[in-house]
Amino acid sequence: MTPLLSVRNLKTHFFLDEGVVKAVDGVDFDVFPGQVVGIVGESGCGKSVTIKSVMQLIQKPGRIIDGQILFRHHDEAGRETIIDLAQLDPHGKTIRSIRGAEIALIPQEPMASFSPVHTIGDQIMEAILLHLDVDEEEARRIAVERLHEVGMPNPEQRLNAYSWELSGGLRQRAMIAMSLACNPRLLIADEPTTAIDVTTQAQVLNLLLTLQKQHNMAIIFITHDLGVIAQIADFVVVMYLGRVMESGPVEDIFFNPQHPYTKALLESIPSIYAPAGKRLPTIEGSIPHPFSRPSGCPFHPRCKAFMPGVCNAAIPKLKAINDRQSVSCFLYDHAPAIVEGS
Amino acid sequence: MSDDRVSEANQEAQEARHADLTALSEWNQARLEDEREDAAAIHVAPNWKLTWWRFKKHRLALVSGLVVILLALIVLFPGFFSTMDPHKSRAQQSFVPVQRIHFIDDGAFRPFVYGIVGRRNPETLRMEWKIDEEKKIPITFFARGFEYEVLGLFTTNIHFIGVKEGDIEENPIYLLGTDRLGRDQWSRLMYGTRVSVSIGLISVFVSVFLGVLLGGVSGYYGGVPDLIIQRMIEILQSLPAIPIWMALTAAMPRDWSVEQTYFAITLILALIGWTTLAREVRGRFLVLREEDFVMAAKLSGATQSRIIFRHMVPTFYSHIIATATLAVPVMIISETFLSFLGLGLRPPAISWGVLLQEAQNLQSVAIAPWLLLPGLAVIITVLALNILGDGLRDAADPYSH
Amino acid sequence: MTQYIIKRLLLLPLLLFIFSVFAFFIIQAPPGDFVTSYIAELAASGSSMDQAQIEALREQYGLDQPLIVQYFRWVGGMLRGDFGVSLDWKRPIMELIKERLLLTVLLGAATFIISWSLAIPIGIISATKQYSFIDYFFTVFNYLGVATPTFMTALVLMWLAYSYFGISVTGLFSPEYVDAPWSLARVIDLLKHLWLPALILALDGTARLARVMRANLLDELNKPYVEMARAKGMSEWRLVLKYPVHLAINPLVSTIGWYLPMLFSGSVIVATVLNLPTIGPLLLRSLTNQDMFLAGVIVLIYCFLAIIGTLISDVLLAWLDPRIRMEA
Repeated sequence: MTPLLSVRNLKTHFFLDEGVVKAVDGVDFDVFPGQVVGIVGESGCGKSVTIKSVMQLIQKPGRIIDGQILFRHHDEAGRETIIDLAQLDPHGKTIRSIRGAEIALIPQEPMASFSPVHTIGDQIMEAILLHLDVDEEEARRIAVERLHEVGMPNPEQRLNAYSWELSGGLRQRAMIAMSLACNPRLLIADEPTTAIDVTTQAQVLNLLLTLQKQHNMAIIFITHDLGVIAQIADFVVVMYLGRVMESGPVEDIFFNPQHPYTKALLESIPSIYAPAGKRLPTIEGSIPHPFSRPSGCPFHPRCKAFMPGVCNAAIPKLKAINDRQSVSCFLYDHAPAIVEGS
Repeated sequence: MSDDRVSEANQEAQEARHADLTALSEWNQARLEDEREDAAAIHVAPNWKLTWWRFKKHRLALVSGLVVILLALIVLFPGFFSTMDPHKSRAQQSFVPVQRIHFIDDGAFRPFVYGIVGRRNPETLRMEWKIDEEKKIPITFFARGFEYEVLGLFTTNIHFIGVKEGDIEENPIYLLGTDRLGRDQWSRLMYGTRVSVSIGLISVFVSVFLGVLLGGVSGYYGGVPDLIIQRMIEILQSLPAIPIWMALTAAMPRDWSVEQTYFAITLILALIGWTTLAREVRGRFLVLREEDFVMAAKLSGATQSRIIFRHMVPTFYSHIIATATLAVPVMIISETFLSFLGLGLRPPAISWGVLLQEAQNLQSVAIAPWLLLPGLAVIITVLALNILGDGLRDAADPYSH
Repeated sequence: MTQYIIKRLLLLPLLLFIFSVFAFFIIQAPPGDFVTSYIAELAASGSSMDQAQIEALREQYGLDQPLIVQYFRWVGGMLRGDFGVSLDWKRPIMELIKERLLLTVLLGAATFIISWSLAIPIGIISATKQYSFIDYFFTVFNYLGVATPTFMTALVLMWLAYSYFGISVTGLFSPEYVDAPWSLARVIDLLKHLWLPALILALDGTARLARVMRANLLDELNKPYVEMARAKGMSEWRLVLKYPVHLAINPLVSTIGWYLPMLFSGSVIVATVLNLPTIGPLLLRSLTNQDMFLAGVIVLIYCFLAIIGTLISDVLLAWLDPRIRMEA
């Protein structure tokens, strides 16, 4: 099966006065139709920049400088062609016809992502009118239907509500309704549950999974929360400092992690089975300043398996170690692959 | 994963390592350490240093800073920068045009100005001035001229620029021409700068004092004092400033001395000026009051004045400086127009507004367009102060980017 | 919404009361009363008054009464539409200011329209094309606009028009229409003259507003709702105009609160330089001639216009921003 989305060696850098921030520096992953891919990593690992690159939403001074983002695009005539999103003009017509219609976004902060001076109905109907050939009345009907679908009570009346009049959970539901307005084939959810409380979080996750099955969408789900990943994802991509450390099916990542970073991450999850009084392991050190990226493998200063002269000399490539998992680590790759050039 | 495997890999890789790779990684290491040191310096730098670092990047603001320093020098030593007595009228020399300084004479650095010859037009009976290229008046730096007082301490007759030989009254140089009464506009501009800029500075100083005091009380204590001060500010701010200023200055007795009117105008300008600052200070206090570090200071038993002056004020004094810098030009323009309308300072006082009064008459301006030049001084000063203030404000705000 | 406006309207009499006390204070501020200056004026022209006449005059205007009684007489008169008499002009104040007030408001409105219709596009272009040539160009323009006192612009334009084209740009009417009754031709003549002073006055405000607009819009452009609108597939211009511009204009509307009063009162100087028949030059003349009742009334009018300005901005803001409607 060909993937719906295939990201190859994506590099997105930000050119600031103080220097270049390599927010995403060589990322590879695939998303298959109907699959839920979870991208997990600490804040600042480049997961948000990755998906913004996919949607061509990177603003100056950032730029996609290398790599491919191959997407199975359905053009107006309904033909399927594979296009490289990385090559598209960020303001161009093609990417705009994909955004919202084929690839939709659920943002991190539903509160700030709705305009406070426009009604929710206005903003949802706008998404519909942009991509579907319908009149205003039909758009209103679809908007109500979507709001109903996401479990919004009294959807007709909510159309006239402002985002700040809704509770956190309802606001996120409205946001999901807006994203689903045009039946996208790929939904990108950027930490959609961080801003809401845990109970509502579970409801929203369940809702997303239900809708995913109904619409047979693929979802890229971004989070720093491994618990959420375990609940929702089929396939997991672990990122650190702009690079993929490990990727694989969710059960392998959780029960058979290979990369030292993945192991460290999993160890630092608090567990109710852990013996009382035992300290929770943490990852030594802290994420480096964006201007002072470590040489070689970005994780080496904090890595328990650090090999001097190897890990800090070259960047390991992401390689398949079995038919399920891929890892970028010299523990599995004996010859240093790329020597850092800069 | 087994330890064997790690050491095995380790060994293999170490063997494979090339010499240049070592060099590269050492270089990387050194670079990393440098960067860490830079980052460490940023972490421990005091607030004013951070502000200065950011400010330095703003080129235009730096240039404006230099202009402001020059202005300050003129305000302190107007006599030194003058060439001729600003009060002296020369009936025979009205509306003499600008005499430009030429620096190069016969290929050598010998600054001079051309002389001027006047001829009375038999029809209009007006003096008409022509540049006399035959006559060169050599000029020099640190020349002797009229006597003036320095900061009220002592008198001297040394001037920045003057004629090389002889008395300047006999070989006059009018760098900005003369006015209707034959007074030297350049020297008048120097003395006018002292008055106009210092009025701006002092009234802002008074505004800052009132603003910080009342805004601080309002923001720190809240409650009834806050309510009263807020209403007071609202009323004062909804007053139309210009007519009020006009009415108040017009109410000043005509027989007041120059000094009395000077201070009265300063106070009148400050009366409305403090409200903006008070609002800003109050806003800051309201936010800061809720901050954890203030709570921490309170819990560790710091006195109220210590909390205010050691913990709260240092976080926003750069903002106060920036806001005050931006308020100075407003005051300067206000003084200028009041004096321009004849309501503020009156002759024999010299201020930019008084100078520009000479340009009110369209006939005079048509003959002597250089009478508009003091306006340029106003524009340059206001421009420099505004850019400087903006630069300071941007530099003072760590969260702006 | 209506509740909010009513609340604001209820504040109006209170503010007017405070301002009337203030204006009365201004009337009383110069030493002596206007009869004293009247006598001085008569003496200057060679005639004189005897003591009985003086007393009669004082009594006629109630100047022998305590201040508080004088104040209420003055305010009471104004409430009945009687603004008193200008001693300088020897005419009822109402008659003096009627047309001038209309022209003042007209000039203010024209200035307002010009400055807003220039400032908003300038602000939008500067913010969306941040750090581009056009942004720097407008930044320079804005700095110069703020730094140049309006009367300097007026003086320079007058000088240029006079010495290069030999025309006078003063006044609001051609000579033949100055005292003519209102007619269509007079209105057209007014419009022909109005634009220049309005443009001069608008320069300063345009610069300030454009700066505020640029800063506000730059803030709004980084908000998540802008990215969301992009993610929906909206075109850049359409989304900028619909969302961030709308939100950036709201704080701008609140500047009407100070901008309108500044417009009316700031025109005093330009009106004096250009000799416009507005209330500004009248205020200057009344102040220099110690015609304090006229001065007091004009100051009060300016205060009134200022309050109206604040009121307009409040209502507009509530209309534009649903969040403020809710609070009220």
